[in-house]
Amino acid sequence: MKRLADIILPLAVAALLLGAWEWAVTHWQVPAYVLPSPSAIAKAFCDNFASLMEALASTLTVTLEAFAAACVLGLATAIAFSQSRLLERTLYPYAVILQVTPVVAIAPLILIWVGFEHINLALVIIATIVAFFPILAGATLGLKSADFNLIDLTRLYGASRAQTLWRIRLPTALPYLLSGMKTAGGLSLIGAVVAEFVAGSGTATGLAWRIVESGNRLEIATLFAALALLALTGVLIFAALSLLEWWLLRHWHESALSAS
Amino acid sequence: MIALEGIAKRFPNGLQALDDLSFSVARGEFVSLLGPSGCGKSTALRLAAGLLTPDAGAVRYADGKPQIGFVFQDHTLMPWADALTNARLPLDLKHVPRADADAGAAAALARVGLAGFEHAFPRELSGGMKMRVSIARALAAQPQLLLLDEPFAALDEITRNALGDDLLKLWREDGLTMLFVTHSVSESSYLSQRVLVMTPRPGRIAADIALPAARDTRLSPATIEAQRVISGALNSAIAV
Repeated sequence: MKRLADIILPLAVAALLLGAWEWAVTHWQVPAYVLPSPSAIAKAFCDNFASLMEALASTLTVTLEAFAAACVLGLATAIAFSQSRLLERTLYPYAVILQVTPVVAIAPLILIWVGFEHINLALVIIATIVAFFPILAGATLGLKSADFNLIDLTRLYGASRAQTLWRIRLPTALPYLLSGMKTAGGLSLIGAVVAEFVAGSGTATGLAWRIVESGNRLEIATLFAALALLALTGVLIFAALSLLEWWLLRHWHESALSAS
Repeated sequence: MIALEGIAKRFPNGLQALDDLSFSVARGEFVSLLGPSGCGKSTALRLAAGLLTPDAGAVRYADGKPQIGFVFQDHTLMPWADALTNARLPLDLKHVPRADADAGAAAALARVGLAGFEHAFPRELSGGMKMRVSIARALAAQPQLLLLDEPFAALDEITRNALGDDLLKLWREDGLTMLFVTHSVSESSYLSQRVLVMTPRPGRIAADIALPAARDTRLSPATIEAQRVISGALNSAIAV
């Protein structure tokens, strides 16, 4: 019953808002180039369905590749840090610098270095930089959070570093890593969109470019359709990662237990 | 079986935890290490296990380092793993083939009365049952020497007594050597054959009390008499 309400209530609010929007736009005769009605947006969505889906596929590919790269690089770096305090102390500041420097400012440089002929690679690199840090931070904290007594126990039985990492440190880090991944999933999409904006005309083919293009042509309904598609994509990425988190932690972690 | 000889150890904060600590435990003995909180009992136990190295002195084992089982004050279970996987940890770390390791862990769980709970996760178990899994894990590697660091301190008295009786049963049946750290006079008086009373700051042995055999219940006269003797030794150790 409560589950049903969780779904029905937000949907009811959405229907109400869309209805009010539709009514207001018609009633006050708002020009379509300022605010199109939901029905006009739906129509633009259907009219441009094929090209929007193509753009979505392009943006989604960059997003997922960047997310995968950020997961692999973030976790690998965190594991390297967990094995050597010296390495961590030496390199962590640079990871922070990479994180706090606005990616929009680095993006043109990356585009030039990678070259416009490898535009997708450049986009993936930019989005990876955005998504990398939460995974590194989460995994680093998680790998350090292992129970000291459990670590002592592995020493007592003569375990190798790899065994301790695999059996104790990595499982301990999993909830932290997943939390970082949930943040990084959304950031990959944001990174992909920002990268497309910076890459600009003629080269990028994703949803962000469709938004810029539609804005320039005053096709605001198409712009809204692309925007809605982006938002939906973000929500789906978050939902998928939340599901993964719940599934992996369902037997033991408090966060997953309270959710089930 | 094991002897600590003239051990000195400083805490990382510079405080002298142990100074000239010496004692030995014979094969098959059940020895309690009794003292107030912060007297270095746990440090002594970690030294005995080889988890710490002494600043001076040496830890000697009679015939090479025995297989050691260690039980912590907290159950220290892996929350992500079921009881069987937890009990199997020592065998997994020693690369025992999975089928043998499963059999060994299941047998250890059965020995502590947890047959049928192999696939329960720690969160599904009571505090006493978690401690039983922890003991099963220590038993799984078939240790000759079992080191216990106040294993029942976090449990209620009823559970503590039941676990104490089980521990005695394990000791009698397996011929284990037990070194049991506690701050409970009544626990040490009932469980052990010999009680080593420790003084705090720096920790060393103040009294070595051999207890008579006839302590078959917690309330038998010999047990009560043992408590009186141990309490007396503890009081004079703290008073110094």
